[in-house]
Amino acid sequence: MASAGGFGFTGARGKGKKQPKPEIVALDGLSLEVSPGEIFGLLGPNGAGKSTTVGILTTRVRPTGGQAWIGNHDVWAEQVVVKRLIGVVQQRPNLDFTLTAREILLFHGAYFGIDSGERTKRADALLERFKLSDRGDQMVRGFSGGMMQRLSIARAMMHDPQVLFLDEPSAGLDPQTRLLLWEIIREYNQRGKTILLTTHNMEEADALCQRVGIIDHGRKIAVGTPAELKASVPGGYLLRLRFGRHCPELLQRLQTLAGVTEVRPNKAVNSGSHDNDSADVYADRGGSLVSEIANLASGASVELCDVHISEPSLENLFLHHTGRSLRD
Amino acid sequence: MNWKTFLALLGRDAHVARRNVVPLLLQTFLQPMMFVFIFGRVMVSSGYMPPAYKSLLLPGIMAISMVFTGVWAVAMPLIAEFQFTREIEDRLLAPIEISWLAIEKVFFGTLQALLAGLTVIPAAWLLLRPGVDLNLRSPIAFACVTLLVALFSACGGLALGCSVSQTHIGLMFSMVLTPMIFFGCTYYPWSALAHFPVLQRIVLVNPLVYASEGLRATLVPQFPHLSLPVVLVMLTLFDLLFLATGLRQFHRKSVS
Repeated sequence: MASAGGFGFTGARGKGKKQPKPEIVALDGLSLEVSPGEIFGLLGPNGAGKSTTVGILTTRVRPTGGQAWIGNHDVWAEQVVVKRLIGVVQQRPNLDFTLTAREILLFHGAYFGIDSGERTKRADALLERFKLSDRGDQMVRGFSGGMMQRLSIARAMMHDPQVLFLDEPSAGLDPQTRLLLWEIIREYNQRGKTILLTTHNMEEADALCQRVGIIDHGRKIAVGTPAELKASVPGGYLLRLRFGRHCPELLQRLQTLAGVTEVRPNKAVNSGSHDNDSADVYADRGGSLVSEIANLASGASVELCDVHISEPSLENLFLHHTGRSLRD
Repeated sequence: MNWKTFLALLGRDAHVARRNVVPLLLQTFLQPMMFVFIFGRVMVSSGYMPPAYKSLLLPGIMAISMVFTGVWAVAMPLIAEFQFTREIEDRLLAPIEISWLAIEKVFFGTLQALLAGLTVIPAAWLLLRPGVDLNLRSPIAFACVTLLVALFSACGGLALGCSVSQTHIGLMFSMVLTPMIFFGCTYYPWSALAHFPVLQRIVLVNPLVYASEGLRATLVPQFPHLSLPVVLVMLTLFDLLFLATGLRQFHRKSVS
């Protein structure tokens, strides 16, 4: 990739070398490329490998194999150059507790060699933008989680990096602050900056990201625009059904209903009961199918216990590929 | 090497130290000064200790203060910042090689240890006078020893701070620092261990022995002490050993 704004990571499993202790594979052949100036979302459940990916791209995690680069720079070999290009907000707040909010921004600017006048100007502007001006001279020890998160993001923007990494940026934020954050992220992106954010919040990925990569167990499941990804789910609509008893014939008949693209029988989800059977039905319509399904079920003397309809969403896509909900 | 970043990192540490100056001073001087007062003043005036003990004690107290300050200044923030608060993350992402961040810590710890050591001399002298007999024959030798002692305490702080977990801080003091102080020839010269020949050899692995004996050799050479060249060589070796260990541990801690 030619421009300094983009970045990528190609993973490979280490082989041949004897490991002294069992190796936990956090990322397994994950390969991603993000273009300059885009907001890219890394979507996946907890433990999917999102933070490890961010860690590798930001010099904080040494990969056992593969290559990571920011622009033309190899992240591991050219750490200092890369650190100038990136701003990082980690999942866990890591603010300097011995400093005030303003000092945190000022010292961060100083680490990046920004001169004193410019530092003060930028710190004031960021405190204002993140609605922290009135708390600027207070020690951050007494800040709420949301305030710490806002300040962490302001700090990452202090040296005006080309690429901004946000690991679960809106976790723990109230809805109002989340909207403010989204607005700020969009503004930053409009200035030509590249942003990678990790999230397990579909709404956030859908609303904010131009492209989304879905990962699970360290593997890439799908990459594309939110619209493309949603369109790739067969039918788009997902109906999760639960029946009163095991009924494979009924599931076969569901397949014949108009608009149904795929029926996936699930294992018993209702713990403790072996009689129940559940299935995921992918279809191009939602509510209007329910009465037909209910008719088929009563015709087969099977009780329809539960129906849940989801509109086309990234959540459905994740379910379709992994058989698990993002929240599992 | 990026000087602007290095100076900004130093500036941050100086700013934090300035903010905590009172607890820092208490923690550095309270214990050694109490020791000086009891052993140098109370015990000597009451006749339980000979008057010469005052002069013998001063270099040892100076060594303790320096080592304690250097280790504390580097190790304690590192233990907290790496494990509990992860505060150091922001500095790990500063545009400078990670080793320089560790060296900055050592540099700042060395300065603090030097300051502590040099302040102990007048403070103890004021507490103990009259009867302290300092013979500073070679200021250069004294400066070299003092610098090497300060450096070894800061490098030791780096190695400990990156190796000890937060739950083991108490153990670090009781299992490492306290035995180091008691078997570090701080309150007595190394030659006083002649009656315990095995112990006398074992304590030679304790770097504080060379710190106390080196300061004794340069401040109060009238008392028996280890030879100065031996002290200088050993202190240099310990400095290098602790620096290398500390840097390796720092890298291990900072990258997962």
